[in-house]
Parts: sequence; C-alpha cells; structure tokens
Amino acid sequence: MKIHISGGRVVDPASGLDEQCDLFIAAGRIAGLSTAPDGYVADRTIDARGRIVCPGLIDLSARLREPGYEYRATLESELAAAVAGGVTTLACPPDTDPPLDEPGLVEMLKYRARSLNFANVLPVGALTLGLAGARITEMGELSEAGCVAFGQGVVPVADTAVLLRAMEYAATFDYAVWLQPLEAFLVRGGVAHDGEVATRLGLAGIPTLAETLALDSLLSLARATGVRLHVCRVSSGAGLDRIEAARAAGVKVTCDVAVHHLMLSDENIAHFDPNCHLVPPLRSLADRDALRQGLADGRITALCSDHTPVDDDAKQLPFAEAEAGASALELLLPLALLWGAELGLSLCQTLARVSCDPGRVLGAGVGHLSVGAAADLCIFDPHESWLVCRDTLVSQGKNTPYLGQTLTGRVCHTLRAGQVVFERQDR
Amino acid sequence: MPISEHPQLDRDGRLRHLLSIEGLPREVLVRILDAAEPFTDTGSPDSRKLPLLRGKSVFNLFFENSTRTRTTFEIAAKRLSADVINLNVAASSTNKGETLLDTVDNLCAMHADMLVVRHAASGAPHLIAQHLSATRRDQVHVINAGDGRHAHPTQGLLDLYTIRHYKRDLSRLCVAIVGDVLHSRVARSQIHALNILGVGELRVIAPKTLLPAEVERMGVRVFHDMRAGLAGVDVIMMLRLQNERMAGALLPSAQEYFKFFGLTQDKLELARPDAIVLHPGPMNRGVEIDSAVADGPHAVILPQVTFGIAVRMAVMSLLAAAGA
Repeated sequence: MKIHISGGRVVDPASGLDEQCDLFIAAGRIAGLSTAPDGYVADRTIDARGRIVCPGLIDLSARLREPGYEYRATLESELAAAVAGGVTTLACPPDTDPPLDEPGLVEMLKYRARSLNFANVLPVGALTLGLAGARITEMGELSEAGCVAFGQGVVPVADTAVLLRAMEYAATFDYAVWLQPLEAFLVRGGVAHDGEVATRLGLAGIPTLAETLALDSLLSLARATGVRLHVCRVSSGAGLDRIEAARAAGVKVTCDVAVHHLMLSDENIAHFDPNCHLVPPLRSLADRDALRQGLADGRITALCSDHTPVDDDAKQLPFAEAEAGASALELLLPLALLWGAELGLSLCQTLARVSCDPGRVLGAGVGHLSVGAAADLCIFDPHESWLVCRDTLVSQGKNTPYLGQTLTGRVCHTLRAGQVVFERQDR
Repeated sequence: MPISEHPQLDRDGRLRHLLSIEGLPREVLVRILDAAEPFTDTGSPDSRKLPLLRGKSVFNLFFENSTRTRTTFEIAAKRLSADVINLNVAASSTNKGETLLDTVDNLCAMHADMLVVRHAASGAPHLIAQHLSATRRDQVHVINAGDGRHAHPTQGLLDLYTIRHYKRDLSRLCVAIVGDVLHSRVARSQIHALNILGVGELRVIAPKTLLPAEVERMGVRVFHDMRAGLAGVDVIMMLRLQNERMAGALLPSAQEYFKFFGLTQDKLELARPDAIVLHPGPMNRGVEIDSAVADGPHAVILPQVTFGIAVRMAVMSLLAAAGA
C-alpha cells in the first residue's frame, strides 16, 4: 500500500526537520520526503493540511493487563487505545499475573499483539522469578522470546545481594535493566507523598527517601556492575539530582518520568481522588517543577504514560484501598504538548521526549522519519480540543484524574509499518 | 485542575454533610457550637426528648469498633426523636464481599436520612458523600464519626465546645496537643478547629516518630520536650496511645513513653494554674496520663462526654434543617 501524506507540517525531532512537506510511504517504509520516488503512484492520499505529522509515539511503560487481569483491560482494548493516542511502539512492564518470567508467556504476548496489528509491543521481562526478588530469570531465553529489558514493575527487590547478582548477570550479556527506585521497607503501607497533603488527609506517607535511598543503591550497583540501567518513573527533584550526579560520574543511566508526575502534584489528590493514587506517589509542586525542567533540558530522557487501566470496582474505594494507577495512553500526546507549550519548547523538543529519545532507550532504531525508516507515524491536529470522558476514551481504563477536563491536541491518523492502524471517525 | 465543589456545604453555604472540620467557615463552626448550648440543659424532662428529627432514620454505620462514639451518636439521635439503627459492619456484609458503596446503596433503599460513618480508611465518608451526590441523593446526609487518621469532626467540635465553655476568649489561649499526632484523626480535627476559631497559640508535643511530615504547616508549633511545651499553657489535650504502636519501631515501651510524654502532676504544674486537661477517651492510665491527673481538679474529661452528646445533637439538627 502506497500512502501519500500531503500538506502536513512534518516534525522529525531526530533530524530537527520541521517544515510543511509531503511524505511518501511504500512497502511499510518512508520512501520519500518532499519529493516522491520515481514512478510513485499513491493508493491513498491523506490530507494533512493544518496537522502535524510526526513519528509514532514511543511509550516506555503501558500496562496491557494481559495475562491475568483481563477484567481490567485486554490487549485488544489497550492496543486500540495506544494507536488512538498516536502510540506505535510501547514497552509493557512484567507485572502481569503470572508475571512475564518465562519465555512462553512472552511469546504468547508478542504473538497476540502481532495478530491484532495495532501498536508494536516490546515486553519487559521479569528480572526475578515471580517478581519475588529471590531467583533471577532466564534472561537469555526471555531475550530471545522478545524481551527488550528486565525489570520488576512496581515490586522492589529488597535483597541487595539478589539485585547485585541480577545486574551482574544482565551486564554479562548487555541486557538493559529497567527498575523503579522504591526502597522496599519505606514504601510499605504508604499511599501518598509524605508531605503536607498526606498529613492533612491522614494518608500514610511515602517519604522522598524511599526514592533517593533506592537510587543510591541502584546507581552504586550499576556503577559496580557496568549494567545499562534505566531508572523508571523518577518522582522527585532529589531523585533526579542523584541520577544526574551518577551520569556525570560515568554511570550508564537513563531515566523517564510518567506524564502525571509531570503535570500533577500531591495537591491534586484534593478530596481523596483515587485516580491520583499512583506509584510512585505524586510528590510536591517543587518536585513536579524540577521534573518539568529536567525533562526539558534532557536530564530526564523520556516521557511515558505509565498507563495502568483499573476497573471501577477497584477504584471506587477509599483512597488507600483503591488500586493504584491511572489510564494515560490517550493523554500522553495532549499532556506532552501542554507541558511543551508551558515551558516554551519547540514542537521538535517536545515530541523528542515521546519519540526518538525513548527510541534511544529501547535501542530499536525507532522514532524517526528519515527515508528508509519504518513508516510509524502519528498525524494530529494540534488545535483540536476534546473532552476527556468515559465515552471519548478508547481504553477500558477510565481511571484518570483528567476525567471531565478538556485537553488540546488530538490524533487523527496513526500508521504503523505503513498501514493505517487508526483513523478518527467522529470528525 | 478545577477546584472541586465544597463537599460539605450546599450552594447556600449550609451544612450538607459533616466530613471534616477543614475547610469549614468559622461561622459554621460557631453556629454548631451555639446550637449545642441549649442541648446541654437536660435538667427538665421536657428537654430530654425533642422532636427535631421525628420520622428520620439515622443509621450508625460503624466499620470499626467503637462503643463511646457510637453510643453518644445513638443517644443524640434518640433525644432528637430519630429512629436509630446500629449496624456493626465490622461483623457484617462487607465480610461477605459487599463493597462500601453497595452497603450505602442498600441503606438508602431503606430510606436512610442520615449516615453516621466510622471507617478505618481515611476519606471513606468523602467517598460516600461523593457517591450520594453523583447518584442525586442529596437528601441523605453523612456524618463522619472518624475515618482512618484523617478526621473526627464531632470530636474536634466537642473539644472546642469544652474549651469555649471553660475558657471563653480563645484568641488569648495557649493550647498544647500531646501524644500520637501521626495516627490521630482527633488531633487533626482539633488542629483545624482551633486554628479556624483563632486560638492564640497551638502546640503539639510528641517524639518525632509520632508526628506526621510537615505538621507545622497545619499551623502548630512543634515541641519534643514535654516540659518546655507545657510551660504556660491554658489547655492540655491528651491523645490516646494505641497499644499496637509498641509493636513497630515507633516507641520502645509504654513505660518509656510515659516517662517522656505521660501527663503527670509535676508536669501539669508547668501549665497555668487554671489549666484544663482534655482527653478524647478511652484513657490509658499510666501510659499517656497519670490517674492523679485524670481524676484531678484540672480534668474536664467527663464533661467532654456530656458536651459530646449536645454537639452531636446540634450537628444532626442543623443537617436535618438544611434538608435536601
């Protein structure tokens, strides 16, 4: 299928390209920019005037809930949500039930995702069996099955000796380790940032120390083992400073922030909004501002959705009892645009954090629009406002703090490997 | 993010639910305290039974064990002629898998007018109030009888009532709250209540392990030395120390706690000569308070209980008057 995308403003953060030009797709790849290849006859033309054409978004963390939590969401519902949000490649954490700790599960997940033909799914394998933090997994087998990295979801490894061995083993084969900095004992029982808001609301706190102490360990272990470490979901300014200091000292480390932590703080919990119950917890306004700045200047490598669909029954509970997590695949783009606009960034700078930069973390050669690259594209209207509500969200997870709010920036088309995998109908 | 509508007041600023002291205007607190005054006069047989809640059903919905609070709510509702139904849910349907909101829906179907809720999780009464609002059942009122560590607004109000009864001008008072502030919904409600009414100085006295993060931002001065903290105070509000706090690493022993933070006669002498001592009950004698103090002339602990009934009557009658 040859698709001609005409008249759009093409933004390719990897090359710095930002101009109105046509894009020509053939055989799943980008065949031409501005000028069509010789003898090119399009099967279809997409009118992209007034729209932005950019690389398909790359999301380093989206929970698809399979296997095990199909009552919360399915691969089908969440991958449809991904492409509706312009996401063409996503990494999914291993905290499914059972966890992604054996190759058969990973192969099945990859197979199911491929047959649905929406977004490209890159599983993160479990670092330890059952995420129990005691025995390391068959990382070689899991890697062959399609795992791009190894992690623990939100389950910390309390035993430092296990963590050291796991990192040594991963480093032996240059597998990347993606971990969330959560100190096992300090996060226990806590549900909100240990600050004024938690104190007022009487919620058990998780101190910033839970992140910085964990980072001190993780970064020391990464330095000692030489493993490629990706720190998932940094939540505090102090945490970010730790990572930056380690990087300056030569540790191979990248990091990401979840979109909610970029936009919200613990004050948004307001009157116990369970949609603001997240892991890590939303921290103070000062932390949020440090994260916004850190993402802008590149100290934070990537922005992810940390999409976590939760069913109503598990959310309509008192704050502490409600399941943690928020649905965000479809909010990643509009919230990224909002952040970029608020910090006065160019579209190239903004979109880099959700395309080529996370692409670099994956090392998968994705997230750019050069001729010859896979035609994974997102076409969006930067001015279209839309109401976030149960009906407009494709995801089965309606759990978002943005419910009832209007956001600007909406995906019109999503293409993966040269095929239109999403096209907005309600226009 | 939009500021959510005030969860406790209706459009005319009248009390629709009592979920927390926080955020309530001073006038509302004063109105409740003033409304409680006549209810303390139970001397004549006529004043023992008032018709203000006749025909109304009050459900005591207690997900946590309680004797005192539940009983005083029951007495208050009965004095107002309401029909009172006690549900000890700790041993009931939630153990069979029913959710909190399912229970609430069922009680509404039984034509409940008022739900008095105690729950172990902070925010549970807010959740119920939001649910009632979302399902357009604004005629049902929620009274928070204690949620997790968050709030115990009627306790805060009755403490305020007690202080006002004995001390009148709050703006000149120095008040100290002593004990386990970290886990205490009572302390949080006291702090909000006293600050909204403009108390002269508010102190909290506790070891660092029993103070929540950034507690000073709630408008209190923090003391770790009880003797320094009690110097010159007019009101001492003791908090109950749960026995299970000894299990973790918060405190070494009840004996050592008593040594540093128990209220004894000699520490009491550091306060003003006319100081009063409050305790929300039930007391742990010899842990947070010495018997000589608890039974001594400064203690107003039993009047607190009596005032508690009047304050709860006031809250219920104001809610009933606000109507739908």
